[in-house]
Amino acid sequence: MFPINETMGQYSELFMLLAAGTYTVAFIAFAWDLARSSKSLKAIDVKAAAAGTSADASAKVTVAAGASVGAGTSRTAGSGEGRLSGPADRAERPSSYASSANGAAGQTADDSMRYGERRAPARVAVALTVLGAAIHAAAVLTRAVGAGRVPWGNMYEFLTTGAFVAAAVFLVVLVRRDLRFLGTFVVGLVIIMLVAASVAFWTPVGHLVPALQSYWLIIHVSIAVLSSALFTLTFAMSALQLVQSHRQRTIAAGGADKLGFMRLVPSALSLENLSYRINAIAFIGWTFTLMFGAIWAEKAWGRFWGWDTKEVWTFVIWVVYAGYLHARATRGWTGTRAAWLSIVGYLCVVFNFTIVNQFFNGLHSYSGL
Amino acid sequence: MSERVKSTEKSPAEDAPQPGPAHKDGAPKDAVKAAKAGAALPSLGVVGMLRWAWTQLTSMRTALFLLLLLAVAAVPGSLFPQRPANPSVVTQYIKDHPDYGKLLDSLQLYDVYSSAWFSAIYILLFISLIGCVVPRAIAHYRAMRSQPPRTPKRLSRLPEYGTLVLPAEAGIPASDAIEDAAALLKKRGYRVEVRHDDGARPSLGAERGFLREVGNLVFHTSLIGVLVSVAVGGLFGYSGQRILVEGDTFVNTLVGYDQFTPGTNFQSSQLQPYSIQLDKFQATFDRESQGKFGQPIDFTADVTTKENPGAPAKKEVLKVNDPVTLGGTSIYLTGNGYAPVVTVRDGKGNVAMQGPVVAKLQGENYYSSVVIKVPDAKPDQLGFAGFFLPTAFVTEQGISFSGDPDLINPQLSLNSYYGDLGLDKGAPQNVFELDVKGLKELNSRKAEAGGITLAPGNTYTLPQGKGSITFDGVKKYVGVDIHHNPGQLSALIFALLAVAGLIVSLYVNRRRVWVRTGTHEDGRTMVEYGLLARGEDHRLAGEAATLRSLLSRKWNLDADNPETAPSNSSPAGSPEPKKDQ
Repeated sequence: MFPINETMGQYSELFMLLAAGTYTVAFIAFAWDLARSSKSLKAIDVKAAAAGTSADASAKVTVAAGASVGAGTSRTAGSGEGRLSGPADRAERPSSYASSANGAAGQTADDSMRYGERRAPARVAVALTVLGAAIHAAAVLTRAVGAGRVPWGNMYEFLTTGAFVAAAVFLVVLVRRDLRFLGTFVVGLVIIMLVAASVAFWTPVGHLVPALQSYWLIIHVSIAVLSSALFTLTFAMSALQLVQSHRQRTIAAGGADKLGFMRLVPSALSLENLSYRINAIAFIGWTFTLMFGAIWAEKAWGRFWGWDTKEVWTFVIWVVYAGYLHARATRGWTGTRAAWLSIVGYLCVVFNFTIVNQFFNGLHSYSGL
Repeated sequence: MSERVKSTEKSPAEDAPQPGPAHKDGAPKDAVKAAKAGAALPSLGVVGMLRWAWTQLTSMRTALFLLLLLAVAAVPGSLFPQRPANPSVVTQYIKDHPDYGKLLDSLQLYDVYSSAWFSAIYILLFISLIGCVVPRAIAHYRAMRSQPPRTPKRLSRLPEYGTLVLPAEAGIPASDAIEDAAALLKKRGYRVEVRHDDGARPSLGAERGFLREVGNLVFHTSLIGVLVSVAVGGLFGYSGQRILVEGDTFVNTLVGYDQFTPGTNFQSSQLQPYSIQLDKFQATFDRESQGKFGQPIDFTADVTTKENPGAPAKKEVLKVNDPVTLGGTSIYLTGNGYAPVVTVRDGKGNVAMQGPVVAKLQGENYYSSVVIKVPDAKPDQLGFAGFFLPTAFVTEQGISFSGDPDLINPQLSLNSYYGDLGLDKGAPQNVFELDVKGLKELNSRKAEAGGITLAPGNTYTLPQGKGSITFDGVKKYVGVDIHHNPGQLSALIFALLAVAGLIVSLYVNRRRVWVRTGTHEDGRTMVEYGLLARGEDHRLAGEAATLRSLLSRKWNLDADNPETAPSNSSPAGSPEPKKDQ
């Protein structure tokens, strides 16, 4: 057992504070990006509309016709989606539906989320997020060195490390996909987590209780945190998907576009497809969380499953996301309903982490404070 | 992740979902209309009803509904105390909530996971699962043995489509080009069938990714395996608890357990009479960090084990997260505490009781309760109840508490009673509780003689000549759980299989490729190809691009410079997605 190093612990807290500050500036930059881009995009749209009113009108007609095909059921996810007939056909011809969605709802990103123009505020925001994540990494590392173990042994450490993983996963995904429209959400959540950790759950560096002294802590909790970070991304996307599909429907029906900032967000279908892919990865991660948890429970308590409150909720989350994956293959359950399942699943994750850890008595209670 | 065979294979009529039963049995829309237009529908009959019910149960919607219902049904188990985990808490809960406690009990909300309604949901879910997996497995077995489907007339309608043109001077006729494409697809793991019987326009059909459905089936079958393993554990397993004070030995027989939970089919002959003796228990507390001073950081129990009474003794170490395996069971360190050693003499001066008394943990820093029952004391039976504090502190108000988990200032504070303990009637009693109703008080804070406060080595003489009590010293005890679960290993194997199947089913893509070639009047060889995915496949476009570049390299064409569609190819398809009509 490594000795405790209080000085390192203090450095860690200083870094956490600096990271939170940097994230806050990044958050403002992301918000600025949303506001500014939507304004300039609107101007472009107005110009385009003036130039080709007739083309726009004809586009609307096809969209409306397409939507009526799906209107018999509750597959309500909006104009871009109405044209697709089922899961087998989903995501098969990105070029065709992305372009029509663009025309219909004034999106700026196609299905692969490539944006044409440079967005200076977004670049600043990402740079600041990278800086914040670097400081945050230093904070997590010094915490680990200070405690002489992996930095996830209590609520404070779950939150600070979890926030770092969320930021890091976001930045990693940014390399592959331009998800900067999620920046305000992800960075905002990271800030909330850091603040909650420092205010409500602050715990000085310390050793682990014997029950947590196992290599399974490293495996089980790290996968749980990573999956939760992915679920966070898909939660944001599913929420935006609902808003976007509502907006697309409104526009397709000839209504006014009241949600200008949503221009920056890809079409509902693009969001759905990408969040499905991320959810699939996170679901495998969650399956491992459940399994490794069971193996650890067997080693620590003598039974691999005992319906402890934490186990119950981990199971509930697994079942909800399993339902989500099935919903994607069930007629009438894709689109909006699947998005709701993804949101419900994430709310369960949050509930499991906050309420269950603190207020429910169970064998996992020691992991609380 | 698993779209049904039914819904995909039969889907043309279902492309525009319709309400009503027609949708469920997949009958074409027109047929339903015709039936409705005709006379009254014939009654289903018993067999028809059963078939209808089976179709309903095994449909994807029902499975999804049951899945979500299972999630909801699992929640109450975390809201209310559960009998299997903590029966005494349930009893207390019912007592504390007289208004609805009993009602919840009648709804089985204290036994959620063995309740009729929870069982009904998961049994239905698994029946639905079996009803889904079996036909799918049969269908997939057939699909794996059959050739790729016939080449569609219009490849341009497929989600991914492209053309290549081989110049006349290349000298590759249509029949050679199709063989080239076939060889290339085989190399990429496709199952290929070349169709020369199309005459001047030979074609090929290719398919790959059969493992996707295999993975899907393995995943779902493994879940059944996990459930069966759990059931086996419940039938043939057993578990029990025992408290061992330093020096005590546990022998694995029914009488050796403090508490024993047999499985449904448990036989006492299953117990192998091994023994385990607790030699020494060591608890280490944090003396370093500020905020967690005194928090335990290590529990180590040194034990001596014997596989059976005649076997040689073996020294082993038992720790939290590190059980000892013995005689088909695993022994876990689940609790520990202090056991003050006392000697009680009765009114006649004889030793009526001597030995360690297990102190039950009550609060911070091993603040524990102590109950001593002395039925052998004469002329009156004696009883003691109070607290043990490893490091006693007393506040100004006279409230004592334990300031540290270590034995820095051990103290035993007791009340004493005499009379009939009620043990002679044979009714079972909780050893950790003393029922003082029928007893007369000798010592307490309120009594004239005051309470008993003892440090190690001290003796207190009871008033009225009832005897004396001596606090000899302190030993440590551990609580161990002993578990035998024969279903455990198979549950693990099935769980691992399930994950493997899940990953395969999500990341292997099932794709079909068709290629058709033909010779143009001017001698050029025209090649067109189309790709179709079965299920979610976001990399289909990537596969199309790869195939294009591979074919182009083979024929020395420029892949990035797309040829215009040859004049004799089929007309460009509408932008609508494919519909099999």
